[in-house]
Amino acid sequence: MPTVSVKRDLLFHALGRTYTDEEFDELCFEFGLELDEITSEKDIISREQGDTKAEGASDVILYKIDVPANRYDLLCLEGLVRGLQVFKQKMEAPRYRRVSPASSEPQRLVITEETTAVRPHAVAAVLRNITFTQERYDSFIELQEKLHQNVCRKRTLVAIGTHDLDTISGPFTYTAKPPGDIRFKPLNQAKEYTAQELMSLYKTDSHLRHYLHIIEDEAVYPVIYDSNGIVLSMPPIINGDHSKISLNTKNVFIECTATDLTKAKIVLDMMVTMFCEYCEEPFTVEEAEVVYPDGRTCQYPVLYPLTITLHESTEHIAQLLTKMCLRSEVMSDGEQIEVEIPPTRSDVIHACDIMEDAAMAYGFNNIPRTTPRTYTIANQLPLNKLSELLRQDLAAAGFTEALTFALCSQEDIADKLLKNISETRACRISNPKTAEFQVARTTLLSGLLKTVAANRKMPLPLRLFEISDVVLKDESKDVGARNNRRLCAVYYNKSPGFEVIHGLMDRVMQLLEIKPGQGNGYHIQAADDSTFFPGRCAEIFACGKSIGRLGVLHPDVINRFELTMPCSALDIDIEHFL
Amino acid sequence: MSPAQETLLRRVEKVDGGLDSQDVATSLGVDHQAIVGAVKSLLALGDVISADQRSSKHWELTGEGCEIAEQGSHEARVVSSIPEEGMPQSQLMKLAFGKVGFSKAMSNKWIRLDKGHEGGPRIFKTVEHLEDLVRDKLLLVQKGQASQLEEKEKNELKKRKLLSEVTVKSYWITKGSCFSTTITKQETELTPEMIASGSWKEKKFKPYNFEALGVAPDCGHLHPLMKVRTQFRQIFLEMGFTEMPTNNFIESSFWNFDSLFQPQQHPARDQHDTFFLSDPAQAHEFPQDYLERVRKVHSEGGFGSQGYKYDWKIEEAQKNILRTHTTAVSARMLYKLAQQEKFTPVKYFSIDRVFRNETLDATHLAEFHQIEGVVADYGLTLGDLMGILHQFFNKLGITKLRFKPAYNPYTEPSMEVFSYHEGLKKWVEVGNSGMFRPEMLLPMGLPEGVTVIAWGLSLER
Repeated sequence: MPTVSVKRDLLFHALGRTYTDEEFDELCFEFGLELDEITSEKDIISREQGDTKAEGASDVILYKIDVPANRYDLLCLEGLVRGLQVFKQKMEAPRYRRVSPASSEPQRLVITEETTAVRPHAVAAVLRNITFTQERYDSFIELQEKLHQNVCRKRTLVAIGTHDLDTISGPFTYTAKPPGDIRFKPLNQAKEYTAQELMSLYKTDSHLRHYLHIIEDEAVYPVIYDSNGIVLSMPPIINGDHSKISLNTKNVFIECTATDLTKAKIVLDMMVTMFCEYCEEPFTVEEAEVVYPDGRTCQYPVLYPLTITLHESTEHIAQLLTKMCLRSEVMSDGEQIEVEIPPTRSDVIHACDIMEDAAMAYGFNNIPRTTPRTYTIANQLPLNKLSELLRQDLAAAGFTEALTFALCSQEDIADKLLKNISETRACRISNPKTAEFQVARTTLLSGLLKTVAANRKMPLPLRLFEISDVVLKDESKDVGARNNRRLCAVYYNKSPGFEVIHGLMDRVMQLLEIKPGQGNGYHIQAADDSTFFPGRCAEIFACGKSIGRLGVLHPDVINRFELTMPCSALDIDIEHFL
Repeated sequence: MSPAQETLLRRVEKVDGGLDSQDVATSLGVDHQAIVGAVKSLLALGDVISADQRSSKHWELTGEGCEIAEQGSHEARVVSSIPEEGMPQSQLMKLAFGKVGFSKAMSNKWIRLDKGHEGGPRIFKTVEHLEDLVRDKLLLVQKGQASQLEEKEKNELKKRKLLSEVTVKSYWITKGSCFSTTITKQETELTPEMIASGSWKEKKFKPYNFEALGVAPDCGHLHPLMKVRTQFRQIFLEMGFTEMPTNNFIESSFWNFDSLFQPQQHPARDQHDTFFLSDPAQAHEFPQDYLERVRKVHSEGGFGSQGYKYDWKIEEAQKNILRTHTTAVSARMLYKLAQQEKFTPVKYFSIDRVFRNETLDATHLAEFHQIEGVVADYGLTLGDLMGILHQFFNKLGITKLRFKPAYNPYTEPSMEVFSYHEGLKKWVEVGNSGMFRPEMLLPMGLPEGVTVIAWGLSLER
C-alpha cells in the first residue's frame, strides 16, 4: 500500500477547512484511506539519524496517508484534495478535456523501428501555460516518483520524462541506439557522457542504480531527441539536463516510454489530469501526436471517459456515484444508469468497481447487516478430523505437542539425519532469503529435534509430538508435489526409552482399532535406516503396508542436533488410516 | 520421645512464664544445639509448646584474653620478670610476651631502656607496684559483669583481640494450648492399615502445609496456537461451513494468482514476496478451456470487464510456488463447484499454512496460518457479508465491528474488518473481506447471479 505524505496545513488550506486529527482520521476511514502517521521532517530525521542531525529541519506537520494500491489518482496532494472535495460534495467532479494547440500543429513524437527490440511504446502530451509554485513543483516531481514505484513497477513497465518545452523544438524522435553512440549531458551533471559511461557512473548512485538492469544488457538503448539533436532523455534511466523543468517553466512536454502500452496511457493520464488544474485554462490538456514506425498516428492523452452501463435503477445510486467523481445519469428507460468514468479512475474496469464506490459513498457502516439464508450441512475434512482426534489422545498419553516450520534447510532433512538429499524427494525453493528456507520438509523429525534442542533446560524426560504435513515430489499431481500427513514423536531421556515410544505406537494402533498381528493387524520388524542406531530400528506394518519407522536415534544424529542424551523416535504416515 | 524432649517438657511444666533455651542448656550442661533440636521436633507436633526466637549479644574473652585474665597482661608480666639489676633487651625479647609487653610497658613508662649499657642495651624497671588495669577489666568480663565497663573500653579490648562480641540465638519457650508432658507421635498420612484396623480414630495427624504448591500432573499438552485453531474450526462447523482440503502447500501461480484475476505484473508475484520452486519448478496440468478463459479476461477483458490489457503468459502461470494464501484452494473449490451439473450453494472454510518470502524477526514469519471463510449463493450482498462477519466474530467474543473500504485485486468491494480493542482503546484491524470479482467467478463457469463472499484472518495475530 503506497504512502503519501502531505503537509497538513497545505492540505487543510486546499480543503477549505481544518480538521482535528480524529476528524480527519474518520474522514479517511470512510473514504478507504488510512491516516498512518502524524509526523514532521524533523521527527523523521531525528528518529532515523539522531537528534543532532535533525536540528534546523522543518517541523511543519506532515500527514502520512496510506492509499489503496489501485488508486493512482490519490498519490499526490492535488488528487487527494479533489477526491475528498467531491466526496464531501464541496465541488463537482471536473471534466478533463483534450485540446488542440491554438495556433500551430500539435507536438509530434516519432517512434522508430529500432525501439521494438527494447522498449516499444511511447505516449506524450503537453501542459500549456502552467504556473508552478515551489509546492506544486515539489508535488509534480513527487508524483512521478510515486508512479514510478507503483504502477510503473520501478520503471520496468513505464518511465516518465518531463521537459521544459520552450528549451526544445519538435518533432521529437524516439529511437534506440548502441550505447556508445548516445552522448549527452544528463540531469544535474556538469559534462557530457556516453551511455556506457553513464551506466558505470550510476553504478554507485543510491537511487538510479536500481534501474540500470532494465536496459543494461540490451544491444541498443532507448533515447529521445528533439529536431536539433538534443537529447531529452534516455529512458528509463535519466533525462537530459538541457530540457529540465524549473519553477519558471510555462509549458511542459511529458513523454512516457513503456513496455506495456495500457499502463503508459494510464500513467500519462495521471500526470496530466493531476496537474492540468494549474494551467491557464484549468482541466485542459494539449494533445500530442505519436507517429508509429508503420506510419499510423495516434493522439494522446487518451482522456476519453469510459462509459459503463449499470443495470440498477435508482436516482439515489446515481447521486452516490457522483460523489465518487463518477458522473452518472439515470437513462430514459428508468432502469439503467450510465456512468462516466473519468481518466483518473483507471481502477474502474467493471460494473462491480462502480458498485463499490456507490457503497463507499453510502457508507459501508450504514448498510444494514443481514444473515444469508444459505442452508448447508457442515463436513469436516476426514484427514483433519483424524488428526484432531489423534492429537488429543497423544497429549493424553503424556506427550506435548510441538509446532514447527514446514520450511527448513537441506542440511536439516539430509546431512543431520545421515541421509542423502537425493533419496528424500524434497521440493526445493529457488529464491530463499536465508538458508533456513531451502527446502520443504520431508520429515517432522528434524523440527522436533530442534525443538528438543531449544528446550534442553527443561526437566527430563522430554516427550514431544507433532501431527502435520510434509511435502514430497509426486509426478502424478498437477504441480508435481503433494503433502503427506505424518505423526512424529520423540522421547529424550537418560536412557533411550525404546519401550516408551513403542508403547506410544501400540496406543495409537489401539485408538485406530488395529490389533497386533500379521495380515490385518500391525507388527514391527527389524530394519536398516541410517538415521537410527544399528539394530535399534524397526519398520512398522499395518494391514500389510509399511507405514513408518520407530527406533533409537543414531548417536551422530543426536550430536548433529546439538543434543547429549539418548533419544527414540516414531514417524508414521497416517493417511493410510483414512 | 527423646530424653532431651522429655526433660525440656518437664522444665516447661514447672515454670509459670517460660524459659530460655540457652539457660536450659547451661543448667543441664548440654550443648545448646541439642535443646534447639528438641524444641523444633516438639514444635512439629502441633501446639504442645510455643517458642519465640530471640537473640542476645554478650562479650566473651578470646583465648589470649583468658591467658591474660589468668596470668596478667603482657606488659605487667614484662615488669615482673625484670630483676632489680635489669635484664639485657635481647633476653627479654626471647620471652613469649616480650615483644608486645615491651612496647606497652615502655609507653606506660613502667620500664626504661639504657642503650649505651656495656654488653648491649639493657632494661630496668622504674616502678615497684603497678595496677594491671587490662587484667582487671578482663576479669570483670569473665565474671559476667561486662556491663560495668564502658563501651570505649570494651571496643579497645576488642581491637586488641582480647574480647569478642558473640550473638546467641535462643528460644523463649512457653506452654502451648495442647501442652502435655506425654506426647504421641503424629501420623503423616492415612494408611490402608489404619482404615482396616480403625486405628485412625486414635491417631493424631500432622497438619498439611496448604501454602505449598501441588505436584505437577504427569501429562502432555496441546500447542496453544493449535488449540486456537481447534476453536476456530469449531466455530466454522457450528456455522455450517465445510472444511476445504488445504493439504497442498505447493501450488501453481495459476491457481494462486491468475485464477483470482491477479495480474502477472502484480508486486505480490515478485521474487521478494513469494517463494518460487526450482524443483518441481512448473505445474504441468490445467483445465485447458478454463485456462483460455482466464488468459482472455486478463489480456482482453470480457464478462463485462475491460480486463488488464496486457500480454498474458502461460509461463508465468506455470511457475510453482509455496502458496501465499489459502484462497488458491478456494479458487480450486469454486472451479470444482462450477463444474457441477447444477449449482448448489456452499459454505467453505479452511485454516492452514501459507508462506511469504520474509526474513524472520519479531513481527515477520515466513509461514503462518490463514483462516478463511467462503460462502457462494445466488444474490449474496455486502450486508450479508457484514452480517456473517458479525456472527463469526461474536462467537469469538468480538462484538464491536466496523468496516473500511480497501483494495484487493480479487475482491470488489473489499473491506478491512476493524474491531474495537477495549484494552488498547482503539480500533484494530482483525481481518480482510470482500466479494470475489466477476472476472474471477464467471470464467470458472459459475452461473451469473451467483455471488461469493469471503473473509480471511491470521491465526497468529
